[in-house]
Amino acid sequence: MSIDIDTARKVAKLARIRVEEAALPELARELSGILGFMEQLNEVNVEGVEPMTSVTPMRLKRRADVVTDGNIQAQVLKNAPDAREGFFAVPKVVE
Amino acid sequence: MTTPNSWTIAAAREALRKGEISAVDLTMSCLTAIDAGDGLNAFVHKTPEIALEQARAADARLKAGDAPAMCGIPLGIKDLFCTKGVPSQAASNILKGFKPEYESTVTTKLFDAGAVMLGKLSMDEFAMGSSNETACYGNVVSPWRRKGDTTALTPGGSSGGSASAVAADLCLAATGTDTGGSIRQPAAFTGITGIKPTYGRVSRWGVVAFASSLDQAGPMTKSVRDAAIFLNAMSGHDPKDSTSADIAVPDFEAALTGDIRGKKIGIPREYRLDGIPAEIDALWQQGIEMLRDAGAEIVDISLPHTKYALPAYYVIAPAEASSNLARYDGVRYGHRAKLAQGDGITEMYEKTRAEGFGKEVQRRIMVGTYVLSAGFYDAYYNRARKVRALIKRDFEQVFAAGIDAILTPATPSSAFGLGEIASADPVEMYLNDVFTVTVNLAGLPGISVPVGLDAKGLPLGLQLIGKPWEEGDLLNHAYVLERAAGFVSKPEKWW
Repeated sequence: MSIDIDTARKVAKLARIRVEEAALPELARELSGILGFMEQLNEVNVEGVEPMTSVTPMRLKRRADVVTDGNIQAQVLKNAPDAREGFFAVPKVVE
Repeated sequence: MTTPNSWTIAAAREALRKGEISAVDLTMSCLTAIDAGDGLNAFVHKTPEIALEQARAADARLKAGDAPAMCGIPLGIKDLFCTKGVPSQAASNILKGFKPEYESTVTTKLFDAGAVMLGKLSMDEFAMGSSNETACYGNVVSPWRRKGDTTALTPGGSSGGSASAVAADLCLAATGTDTGGSIRQPAAFTGITGIKPTYGRVSRWGVVAFASSLDQAGPMTKSVRDAAIFLNAMSGHDPKDSTSADIAVPDFEAALTGDIRGKKIGIPREYRLDGIPAEIDALWQQGIEMLRDAGAEIVDISLPHTKYALPAYYVIAPAEASSNLARYDGVRYGHRAKLAQGDGITEMYEKTRAEGFGKEVQRRIMVGTYVLSAGFYDAYYNRARKVRALIKRDFEQVFAAGIDAILTPATPSSAFGLGEIASADPVEMYLNDVFTVTVNLAGLPGISVPVGLDAKGLPLGLQLIGKPWEEGDLLNHAYVLERAAGFVSKPEKWW
C-alpha cells in the first residue's frame, strides 16, 4: 500500500499536525516505507485467531463508583498556557 | 579506592547501615560527578536541593534504624516520570515548562523507601527511539568510546540518559521505561543491567504514556542484585493503575541463590538472524556454555512468529501512541503555538502539535492515525493484534513444555555512532529492537546482562526472558550469567 500526497495530507489533518504542502511528498514517501515494512504481516495465517485485547489474562480491578478526588481547581489549571476565571481558555469555537 | 558514586546499591546500603558514610556524603559524591559529567548531557534537570533534603531525611531514618533497602540511595529519574514541581517533559518541547502537581506512583514508592532524586534524565522524545537522538535536549553521549577513537557514540534509547548516567557513575542507579526494548537495549550498549518486569508488575500511573499495552517501568543498575533490590521498591498493585496486578511481590533479592541446576534454558532458533555480526553469535554461544556449566539444560526451541514481531509492534505502538498523544493540544499544559489573526481552535491544535512534537513523534502519530483510520483498521491494526496473539502463544507453548528461561542476544550490534543511523531510513533504526520487542508484545519479563566486550572495546549484553510474574527466577538466572561472565569493564573517563 503506497501513500499518495492526498492521503498524507488527510492523515496529517486527522492527526491535527500542520504539514506544509512542500513537505507532503517527503511525508508520503516515509509513511509508504513504514507501511511497506508492515506488509509482512500479510504473510501470517491469522485464520480463526482472536485479536489480543489484554496482555495478562486477568480481570481488571473494579472500584466503587464514587468521587475520590476534587476541589483542586488551582492545581488543575496551574500548567495551562491560558487559564482565566477558573477555566481553560481557547480561541473561539462557536461563531 | 573508588569514590562512593561508583558503588552499587548493595554496597551503599551496607555502608549506610554501618554508618561508614552518610546519605548526604553519598549524595554529594553523585552531585559532584553529575556536574563533572555535563559533557554526557544525561542529566537535563538537576535537583540538588531536593536531593540533599531527601538525603538528610534518609540519614535521620538510618539513625533511627528505620531504613528500607533503598534508604539514602541516590537515583536518576527518567524524564518520562512525573515528579511534583520538577520539570517532567518526556524530552519533548510540547511539555516545555510542565511541572506536575502530582508525583508518579513509582517515584512516590521510591521516595517513601527513602531514595534520593538527583535529577531528571534525558531520553528519546516520548520514549520513541533507540539512540537518544530525538530528545529536545540534544543527544545524550555514551561514556563508552571505541578503542583509539573519539567518535561520540549513542548510549541507546529510549532510556539513554539513564544508561549513560549509570554507566558513567553519575548515580547509583536510575529508573527506565521499556515499550519495545528501551531499558534493555541501552543497558546492553553501556555495560549495565536493565530489567523490564512483567506487564502489570509496576504501576504506570504518572508515567507519560507512549503505548499503554506495552509500556512498563523498570530499574537500570550496576548489578543484578541491585536490579532485584530496586525492582522490589518499584513493584506492586496501585489502585490508580487498573492494569497493575493485584498479586504479591516476592522478595526478588532472596531469589538470588546462584543455583540453576536442572533448569531448562531455551535457545530460540529464529533469533539467529542473517547479517548479525559474528561477535554477537559468539557471545551468545559463550552465554549458553556459561549456563550449561552452571548445571542448566540447554534446549533448542522454536518461536515461529518472531519474524513478525517488529512489523506488528510498529502497527500497535504507533496506534496506541496516536491516541495517547492526542492529549497534547495546547489547552491544559505545555506549549501553545502563537496564533495568527483569525486562527481558530483547529489551527491552534495543528500549529501547536507541529511546533511541539519532533519529527519521529509526528511520524509515529501519523502512522498510528493511518492504521486506525476507517477502512484500514482491520487490515493493519486488527491483523497486528492477531499476530501479537500468535507471538504470545509461541512463548506460552515453550513455557508449557517446561522451559524456565530463554537466552538471546540483547541487541544486533554494539553501540553505533551518533548520527550514523538517524539520517537514513526510520525502519533501519527500528531493527535495533529485533530481539527485545517480542517480550513487550507478550507482556513477559526480560533482562539484559553485560557479558563481554567486542573487538572495538564496546560492551555487549545478553537477554534472558522469563515466565510471567517470575522475575525472581529470571533474576537468579541473570545472577548466574553475571557471575560467570565476570564483566567488570568500565568506560575510560574522558568527560
